[in-house]
Amino acid sequence: MRFAVAVYPGSNCDYDTYYVIRDILKKEVEFVDYRETDLSKYDCVIVPGGFSFGDYLRPGAIASHTPLTQALKDFASKGKFVIGICNGFQILTEAHLLPGALLPNNHGKFVCKHQYLKVENNETPFTKNLSKNQIIKLPIAHHDGNYFVDPETLAEMEKNGQIILRYCDENGIVDESTNPNGSIGNIAGVCNKEKNVFGLMPHPERACESILGTADGLLLLTSLIN
Amino acid sequence: MLIKFFIKPRKGVLDPQGRAVAENLRSLGFDNVKDVKVGKYIEVYVENTDKEKAIEEAKEMAKKAIVNDLIEDYEIQVVE
Repeated sequence: MRFAVAVYPGSNCDYDTYYVIRDILKKEVEFVDYRETDLSKYDCVIVPGGFSFGDYLRPGAIASHTPLTQALKDFASKGKFVIGICNGFQILTEAHLLPGALLPNNHGKFVCKHQYLKVENNETPFTKNLSKNQIIKLPIAHHDGNYFVDPETLAEMEKNGQIILRYCDENGIVDESTNPNGSIGNIAGVCNKEKNVFGLMPHPERACESILGTADGLLLLTSLIN
Repeated sequence: MLIKFFIKPRKGVLDPQGRAVAENLRSLGFDNVKDVKVGKYIEVYVENTDKEKAIEEAKEMAKKAIVNDLIEDYEIQVVE
């Protein structure tokens, strides 16, 4: 499996992601520039976190119009895998590769902490190494992570099993008290209907070695490989 | 010609900035403040076009880039 890590002006989790794939997962990986359109060498493109184009206009908006993101649409339509992490998730929603939008956090502050998450659907290529309702811990770090989608689309997503992760506490309680940003239904990660495009606000790439406090990110990232 | 975009959070979409400003105004004694929406104002200058064409173009710009209609409402003003 060959990976690519997208690099936009302002991406800042690109090297962390590259490091995890190359040095921990031991898989082939290359950076791809935001002007690149040929993705034929890759099986999975990861759109990393950061502040692409300075979050100007809206987070992810300008990045969604770049040649690379446009090429990702064709890439995804062939059934290849795309993962958007944090700003990458915002880019994928702006590009309409995933439904919904990421609004500013409901409390108006940047949130940066370890967060428990519940696996809502483990029958996807991204979560098959996890069990349903398993609780994992990953870091979150964002200002605009408040997932919003209209009620009709949300109902359809629930029906299709497109809700992958929800914010919870260590006991798996999913409610307002365990919601770090105001996301509708405590949603932390979703996929498309075809289940080959996945977006999440938490950072699995920052949680792949136990010295970092949690290595649960590996459970997600190895699902695609094994 | 100048196209003015007035963008604000759509009805029903949470606006933490608006809420904070409303609370701030009330704390300053403006007890009659019912609600505040904080949005964006964008100016786009265009060349060689008539007003009608500019309005059409503005709508296309809004649709393709300036506005995310899932979360934002907008109004356009074109000034010659």
